[in-house]
Amino acid sequence: MRYMMSIMSDPQAEADTEMTPEIFEAMAAYNEALVKAGVLLAGDGLAPSTEATRVTFSNGRSTVTDGPFAEAKEFIAGYWIIQVSSPEEAVEWAKRCPHPSEGDTGEMSLVLRRIMGTDDFGDEMPEELKEREREMRAHNEHEA
Amino acid sequence: MSHTDATRAVEAVWRIESARLVAALTRMVGDVGLAEEFAQDALVTALEKWPDEGVPDNPGAWLTTVAKRRMLDRWRRDERFQKRMADLGRDIAERDGQAEFAAVLEEDYGDDLLKLMFVCCHPVLSTEARVALTLRLLGGLTTEEVARAFLVSESTVAQRVVRAKRTLADRQVPFEVPVGEDRDARLASVLEVVYLVFNEGYAATSGGDWIRPELCDEAMRLGRVLAALLPREREVHGLVALMELHASRFRARVGPDGEPVPLAEQDRTRWDRRLVTRGFRALRHALPSDPSEPRGPYALQAAIAAKHAQAAKAEDTDWAGIAGLYLALALATRSPVVELNRAVAVSMADGPGPALDIVDSLRDAGVLDGYHLLPAVRGDLLLRLDRPDEAREEFERAAGLTLNERERDHLRVRAGSCGA
Repeated sequence: MRYMMSIMSDPQAEADTEMTPEIFEAMAAYNEALVKAGVLLAGDGLAPSTEATRVTFSNGRSTVTDGPFAEAKEFIAGYWIIQVSSPEEAVEWAKRCPHPSEGDTGEMSLVLRRIMGTDDFGDEMPEELKEREREMRAHNEHEA
Repeated sequence: MSHTDATRAVEAVWRIESARLVAALTRMVGDVGLAEEFAQDALVTALEKWPDEGVPDNPGAWLTTVAKRRMLDRWRRDERFQKRMADLGRDIAERDGQAEFAAVLEEDYGDDLLKLMFVCCHPVLSTEARVALTLRLLGGLTTEEVARAFLVSESTVAQRVVRAKRTLADRQVPFEVPVGEDRDARLASVLEVVYLVFNEGYAATSGGDWIRPELCDEAMRLGRVLAALLPREREVHGLVALMELHASRFRARVGPDGEPVPLAEQDRTRWDRRLVTRGFRALRHALPSDPSEPRGPYALQAAIAAKHAQAAKAEDTDWAGIAGLYLALALATRSPVVELNRAVAVSMADGPGPALDIVDSLRDAGVLDGYHLLPAVRGDLLLRLDRPDEAREEFERAAGLTLNERERDHLRVRAGSCGA
C-alpha cells in the first residue's frame, strides 16, 4: 500500500524555522534511508506559502488569492510517497523523520494519508477466486 | 497499548529492521541460521515487552541490544559457540563483552545486506528455498505470509527455511559478495528470485487469475534495495524497470468480473503514471551509454514494456521497434518463447505472412511442442491470412494443450467462430 506522508507547517513555524545545515543533513540522511529501504516512491519540498496561490470556487465563479494565508492553521510544506506493507509501518517510518529534540520548544507534525489503491475501487477478490485459492492450497499441500 | 496494536507495531518494526539486523548478526557469527535465532529471540522479547513498555524510541537499536545480549549469554554457556567465535577471530573478552560486540555490529551495514541477499539466493539452494529464505530474511515476512503468498502451508515454508539454512551451513557457504567470474551468475540468481516473487504476484500461476499486489510490491522493493546497493549493475535497474512498468498496468489488467483484459484492450487511462515514469527512469539506468554495447535481457524486456507504455492508444504502438527488441532478446536468451513473441510483434509490424514463417520454423524445430501458445498464435495468423479451416484446427489443438480452464474456453470460442 502507498501512503502520502506530509510535513505540516503553519505561518508561525514558517517564519520561525531556520533550515540549518544540521537539519538539511538529517533530512538527507532520512531520505537516503527511505531510498535504501526501497520504500520511497516520490518526494518533494514545497516552496514557502508566500509563493502559494489559492483558487476558490463559489457559485460557479473562481477567485484567485496569493499567499501567504494568514488565516490558514496548517498546510503542507513537503511530502513523501512511500510504499509500505501496513499502516503501522507507515507510522514507524514517520517516527524516524528528523524532528525537534527534547528541550526544543518547536513542534512538528507529519500527516499520513493512505493513497487509494486497487482494493478501494471495488476490485475486491471475488468469492469464487478465494475458494479456488483454498483449493489450490489444499492441493499443494497434498503434493508437498 | 493493546496487545494487538503492539503486535502490529512489532511486525512493522520487524519489516523495517530485521534484514539489517540478521545481516549484521550473520557477519558476527558467520552463520545465517544462528544469526536468525538471535534475531528471533529479540523479536520474541519485543512481543513480550512492548505491549507494556510501549514501542521504544529507537526500536532498531533496542532489537540489536537484545540480540547482542542473547549472543553474549550463549557465548558464556556454550563452548562450541565460543570456539566458533574464536575461529572467526571474534575476540571477545567477558568484561568488555558489550563494548566489543557493539564495535563490530555497528560497522557499515551496507555490504552486509548485499551479502545476505547473495547467500539467500545461492544456487546450491532450490528455487523454493531461495524464495522462502529471501522473503523471510530480507523481506521480514512471517512464515504465514510466505505460506499465503505461495499457497502452501506454514509448516511447508518452515521446513524449506530450516533445510535451506542447514544446506548453507553444511556447504559452508561464505558470507561475502561474489566477485570475478562467479559474480554474474550469482547476481542472475538473485534477480531470478526477485522476478519470481514478482511473477507469483502478477500472473495466473496459481490457476486463479488474480494479482497479489503485496507480493509485487515486495519484489519491487527488493529490486530497489538492490539498485541502491549496486547502482552500477545495469540489469538490476533493468529488472526494476520491468517490474514497475508491468505493475503500472495492474488496474487495467483485470475486468469487473475478475477476467483478464488483454493489453490491446486495456483502458490505458487506468495505467499508473507514477510507476510508468519510474519505470522509464530505471530503464535509462539499465541501458548502456555506449549504444554498441549489448543490452541485458531484463533491460530488453523493460524496453519492450516501455514501448507499450509510450503508446497512448494500442493503435499507436511501435510494433517495428518492439519486433527489433524481441530480436535482440531472442539472440541474447536463445529462448523459443521469446521468438514466438517476436513473431507476434512481426505480425503487427509487417503482417501475418512473415510472422507465420517464424512460427512455422519454431513448430518444425519442435522446441515448443506441448506449449499451447504456439498453435494459438498460429491459429490467429492463419485466420488473418484468410485460412479459417486451418485456423480452427490450430485453436482446437491449443485448447487441448492448455490446463487453464478460462484459457481453454476462450480458445474453443475462437475455434468455433472460425470459418463459413
